[in-house]
Amino acid sequence: MSVDDRARPDVGMGQPGGITRRRFFGYLIAAPTLVTAARLGIDLTDPSSAAAQPGLPSALPSLPSPSDLVDLNDILTYAADPTANLIAVIINPNGTASFALPRDESGQGITTSSAMLIAEGLDLPLSKINISLAAARPELLFNQFTGGSNTTIATYTPILVAAALARQALLEAAAIELGEEVTDLTTSAGFVYSSSGAKLSYGSLATKAAVMTTSAASVTLKPSSDYTIIGTPQKRIDALAAVTGTKQYTLDVVVPGAMPTMICRAPTINGTVVSVQNAAAVQAMPGITNVVTISTGVAVVGQTFGQCIDAVIALDVTWGPGSVDDLSDADVQAALVAAELPFTVPTLPILAQTIDVDFTFWWKCNSALEPQTAIADVQSDSCQIWSSMQTPILVAESVAAYLGLPVDAVTCNVTEGGGAFGRRMFNNAPMEAVEISQAVGMPVKLMWHRTDEFRYGRVHPACTDHVQANLLLGEVLSFEQRHTGVSTDYTQGFGEILTSLAAQLPDQNFLEYSNTIFETTVNIPYNFGITSQLLAEIYDYDTFHSGSVRNLYNPDVVCARELIVDQIANAMNIDPYTFRSQYLNDSRALAVLDKVATVGKWGRKMKPHTAQGIAVHSEYHGRVAALVEIDCTPTTTNRPLYSYIPDVTGTTGPRVTKVVFAVDVGLAINPLGLQAQMMGGIMDGIGEALTTSLHLQDGAWLEGSWDNYFYTRQWDVPFELDIIVMPPTTGDPGGAGEFGVAASKAAVACAYARATGTLPTSFPINHNEPLQFTPFPYVPPIPQSPDLQPPA
Amino acid sequence: MPNQTFILNGQQVNVDCDDDIRLLWVLRDLLGVTGPKYGCGLNVCKACTSHCNGQAFNPCSVEVGNLQPTDEITTIEGLPATVGKALHPMQEAWLKVDVPQCGYCQPGQIMTAVALVNQLLAAGISTITDADLDSIANVCRCGTYYRIREAIRDGAKAMQS
Repeated sequence: MSVDDRARPDVGMGQPGGITRRRFFGYLIAAPTLVTAARLGIDLTDPSSAAAQPGLPSALPSLPSPSDLVDLNDILTYAADPTANLIAVIINPNGTASFALPRDESGQGITTSSAMLIAEGLDLPLSKINISLAAARPELLFNQFTGGSNTTIATYTPILVAAALARQALLEAAAIELGEEVTDLTTSAGFVYSSSGAKLSYGSLATKAAVMTTSAASVTLKPSSDYTIIGTPQKRIDALAAVTGTKQYTLDVVVPGAMPTMICRAPTINGTVVSVQNAAAVQAMPGITNVVTISTGVAVVGQTFGQCIDAVIALDVTWGPGSVDDLSDADVQAALVAAELPFTVPTLPILAQTIDVDFTFWWKCNSALEPQTAIADVQSDSCQIWSSMQTPILVAESVAAYLGLPVDAVTCNVTEGGGAFGRRMFNNAPMEAVEISQAVGMPVKLMWHRTDEFRYGRVHPACTDHVQANLLLGEVLSFEQRHTGVSTDYTQGFGEILTSLAAQLPDQNFLEYSNTIFETTVNIPYNFGITSQLLAEIYDYDTFHSGSVRNLYNPDVVCARELIVDQIANAMNIDPYTFRSQYLNDSRALAVLDKVATVGKWGRKMKPHTAQGIAVHSEYHGRVAALVEIDCTPTTTNRPLYSYIPDVTGTTGPRVTKVVFAVDVGLAINPLGLQAQMMGGIMDGIGEALTTSLHLQDGAWLEGSWDNYFYTRQWDVPFELDIIVMPPTTGDPGGAGEFGVAASKAAVACAYARATGTLPTSFPINHNEPLQFTPFPYVPPIPQSPDLQPPA
Repeated sequence: MPNQTFILNGQQVNVDCDDDIRLLWVLRDLLGVTGPKYGCGLNVCKACTSHCNGQAFNPCSVEVGNLQPTDEITTIEGLPATVGKALHPMQEAWLKVDVPQCGYCQPGQIMTAVALVNQLLAAGISTITDADLDSIANVCRCGTYYRIREAIRDGAKAMQS
């Protein structure tokens, strides 16, 4: 993959939308140095722009899906408008600028893209911009939630406005200093230049531009055609720290007295502690200082995490039953199928052809590589927390309620996360750490074991997606999807936003979080006549520990949809790419589809047992398309896993050998970072299609390590990967973090179906094959570390 | 309590702790060396990969008592010094390709890459094949694998020049 000219957007030339030379309002903040601020919340794009567009091939037009009219990101942005407070850019006397981002950086590159926005608005080199993560700011209400790939959509204009206001204030201060007109001054790379040849650094102007009283101010933003940073590939500002091992995650934060802490957990989901037989003996083990029972298990505190592992293993606990002890995969699948909503299209004439397939998508683990971690220091009148939190305000409020403290007595320090993927919007680790710290009367540093992550962490629920399409005389009469899932827990993060906004949304029927999120994210971008997509859920939201896992419904919904699109094309004897070209009702989707088909040489001759697959996806105000090539030859699928990892049986399965991916996010702030996000999404898509799932047996997950749960590894990586960033379309940035998964997964599935001549209906395709590992025991809940000899 | 001694990033270190504590926790919890990351404690994810006498190993799965006083442990913090530079060529390659996303697995990935390339070079092999890269088991949950492959190929060239 290269970052070439193709990846550099052609910014500003006749693009629709985007920032025009409108005036924006912000604030000059009273402070000893120059501080400018703007409200979070952006103008909404014209909601009609996503509907069907003229000039596309004729077919039976479909009504716009709800997500065409208002999508989830609009909701997250609406939430910002009435409640948002200010985000501030500080100009320091040493010539640098500081900005505390009210979001959680956990790999998605938002610290880098935010620095780019400030550099653009301020005319200051990237190297002089310091980005930190803001601690919980309860006054921001809903505006400190990291999720739904919404960060850049919500912060783009406010950050630009604050930075541009700062530049304007510096110019005004320089004008007074020099006795010249502002119109005679220019800025470049952290300096103000006058037409008479004078040069003043931003640092020298920082205190002179400071104001005594806070006041509103307006500024005109530069046209996007003048951008010099936005739209150019920039490397991550934290890369040096990452490659030298100095980047600080929660467990690396030094809090005096905070001791390593782990939890012994129940053998089944939601199992509870009945009694602990040997607490005193375990507390007497080397290094162990405390053993306390908490709401989620038995906590041990010790000098090292290694000794905590020993203690967890040594604990003799009597456990009560869990919430789903009588459930296994087959039970859940049967319950899902039984709960599927009926299709609405009546039975059609005998000449009509019906395609009807019910797909199953299995559980996905929500774990990042850095496990759940949190440091908590509970005092009698205050509490401090350090953790990677996607919802720090919610954590602060929950902790305050638990401890009986005012919210402002709780400080939630947001640390950078080792991956999040939606997992860190739940407050489990911080709440456990608080409970333990209070119980033992000292600060604690809590870490979940890897096996805890798989067996007690959050999962993307298993679901079915039942698709029915009716064809008659070369037309698609109808296309319906009935998506049925185990309930997803949206109560933390998305949920509180939706609760407050339900009455304000265009459709008044949004009573449940899940339906709102489903209807505002899924769509059928084809002219398929009568279309509908409905969601049903089974069980209560907390029966399983559920969550989203890098994108909500679309990896499954789009995979099912695109597989059936291929089936329809096949039934009509039309090539899958040609068919999509004819039926897509959206010019931006068509553009990314054409791009991958051309660059990926769609239709080239492939060897037996190999094939191409192609798919499109719309979400987050953007469009993506993926073309993949898959190798299902026996030589490849039968590669023994043990040749890569010992103690594992079985085979690798197919290999995706090539991926060409095109992404249109409206405006790419950082094409290099956007490509990185798509790359990660592509690997998730490959894994979810082929190998990555959890198995439920008798109320517990079988998987316990990365050698049980087959997220992609190097032997799954495509040999060729080309990620094409499309030139700006809307002129406004869309979402990125989760955007790569759905189209990739769908294209891999389509390619697999074409290579093997069989339509897969259960994902990942190997889920129902014999297990490729021996599950760890459930008691004790975690395995001991190996005892290997060091290399001589 | 037994005294443990070994060479860590070029310095002889001493620490008092039981023999059976895995080296990762001695490094992180007792010595404050936090470059090696915990990802599983099972010798599976490879996030803690460091070098012992120049070979890749996983300190989460080696008891500190099994180290000899002369064993040379190198963590990511000590990698640049092994080539006498501010950054190892593999780290430079990582920066050039902009590999990291969340960054959590990256110290382990780099240590694995350096050991792999050194092993191949010692065997007289100078070209990194796809099969060589496929043999790397380090998990990157962000999925930066493709850039890791690019960086290893770049870094291997730089290590030979």
